[in-house]
Amino acid sequence: MSNDKVITAEQLTKRFGHFTAVDHISFDVHKGEIFGFLGANGAGKTTAMRMLCGLSMPTSGKATVAGFDVYKETEKIKRNIGYMSQKFSLYDDLTVKENMKFYGGIYGMSDKFIKEKTGYILNHLHLESEGDKLVKSLPLGWKQKLAFSVAIFHEPGIVFLDEPTGGVDPVTRREFWNMIYQASDNGITIFVTTHYMDEAEYCNRVSIMVDGRIDALDTPAQLKKTYEAKSMDEVFLKLARKATRIEI
Amino acid sequence: MKHNSPFSIFNFQFWAFVKKEFFHIWRDKRTMFILLGMPVVQIVIFGFALTNEVKNSQIAVLDNAKDIASASFIAELDASRYFEIEKNLYSYNEIEAEFKKGKIKLAVVIPQHFGEDLQHFNKAQVQLVADASDPNTANQLTNYATAVIMDYQKRITNDRKLPYTIHTEIRNLYNPQLKGAYNFVPGVMAMVLLLVCTMMTAITIVKEKEMGTMEIMLVSPMKPQMVVIAKAIPYLVLSAVNISSILLLSRFVLEVPINGSLLLLVFESILFTLVSLSLGLLISSGAESQQTAMFISLIGMFLPTIMLSGFMFPIENMPLPLRVISNIVPAKWYYAIVKSVMIKGIGLHAIWKETLILTGMMLFFLTLAIKKFKIRLA
Repeated sequence: MSNDKVITAEQLTKRFGHFTAVDHISFDVHKGEIFGFLGANGAGKTTAMRMLCGLSMPTSGKATVAGFDVYKETEKIKRNIGYMSQKFSLYDDLTVKENMKFYGGIYGMSDKFIKEKTGYILNHLHLESEGDKLVKSLPLGWKQKLAFSVAIFHEPGIVFLDEPTGGVDPVTRREFWNMIYQASDNGITIFVTTHYMDEAEYCNRVSIMVDGRIDALDTPAQLKKTYEAKSMDEVFLKLARKATRIEI
Repeated sequence: MKHNSPFSIFNFQFWAFVKKEFFHIWRDKRTMFILLGMPVVQIVIFGFALTNEVKNSQIAVLDNAKDIASASFIAELDASRYFEIEKNLYSYNEIEAEFKKGKIKLAVVIPQHFGEDLQHFNKAQVQLVADASDPNTANQLTNYATAVIMDYQKRITNDRKLPYTIHTEIRNLYNPQLKGAYNFVPGVMAMVLLLVCTMMTAITIVKEKEMGTMEIMLVSPMKPQMVVIAKAIPYLVLSAVNISSILLLSRFVLEVPINGSLLLLVFESILFTLVSLSLGLLISSGAESQQTAMFISLIGMFLPTIMLSGFMFPIENMPLPLRVISNIVPAKWYYAIVKSVMIKGIGLHAIWKETLILTGMMLFFLTLAIKKFKIRLA
């Protein structure tokens, strides 16, 4: 079990002046796992995620992503991860195909690879006829699915999803999670933050951050047992109530 | 995965980015036409409409003498290309009424016995009445009218011997016809380049921040410096198009000659473009919204360019503090360079100082912009 860890964090800490945004967090994420990263606003989720993506230098502690060190090997990390945020990552004024060509391009993929992959994705999502349409003309749900496809376009080992389903209707969210399961079945590790507690139930394991620390980390079933709660919602509220930090 | 040198501008990643940037500009047709049409419109407006030269100004004449001399004098006025006699007045009171209508800004009053006075006393008076509610126009009109009168006097005294005469001969070097275009073409170039490069680069980068796509770029293996430079390239190309259209229009439509080396002029223009791009990058690293970026570009860059570059108002006449401040306005140096190269036709040896200052500014702004950009990531 220990040799399939794709993300490891040990006492990982980030301070901004006197403010400790992330306070000595430790966890491992395994290959192909869907790892839910929960926490109220301001709990430090985004900062932790930025450190793992190589966007922000940790103050102290250790962490590796895809086997690379977050201090020294951020370039290699960036080549091996995908990222999708709540804000849309596709360009509205580019067509679907142009978007894919662009993202493939910045990851240094070859023209041939990009062409094949684009064909495969459009076929898979049943969007063949939309390939040459501008992204702005597509419905929100499709954009979201495309954005996820683009995030794993370069076939990364790990994909970070920062509240990927914000502002989407429940049906689309369900479909979106089906895509996540598929990616996970293909061996891609999913690191996802979310505000929706029903989504937390879909994760293999869930960590809950409170005031910069990880207060709980287990499977959803085990967490509900430990906190004697009927749903993840209850678990989350029990933990989040302990927070002393003001929302930032 | 193919590993490219992150600093090579020939790698695939970089050009994928530049291509995408061109798509953005191309898809936004309205902005594109504004960017490419603006210099044309400005040149045409400045060249044909906004001119401070006196050309066929409409004037009124009150001829109280009505003799041969006055008639030939009025004919002289009318024949000059500066004036057109719009109205013959019959009483002094009419002058003000005409001024109030607004069309006529100058009235020439010829006294009674104009011809007789000239013949018998060798001396006659003409009164110029100008509408000085606009002092500059009034000043110019009276100057031109005085010049026409002097010409007339010279002609009628030609056959007579005067005891002493001082004859002034004026030569206007570099711009013999005193054309306004010689002044504003360099100014318009500075303005257009600054607007396109500084404002558009700042806006387009801040837009990516707003949309959240900048984050995606930063998580990608692309170097942040490359992201920023790739965004600036299309605007460099756009500026090259604008420089060409301005130069072509000014050369062939406004007939402003390019006396110096065209190559040097293009080189200096590209240098100024790079300064403007760096400024745009700097603004974008500080601004969080497109409105802020636009506001800073307009107030912080565009206004000083118009007022402190010497294009609209001569810097020599400004109070000391403004003269000092004008030194940090990049357009001031570029404006001086373009005037020297284009109009005076001098070479690099005379403008190396200005060139050096612009180069220094570019390096300073660019370093600062990239540094600020990196700090944001830490």
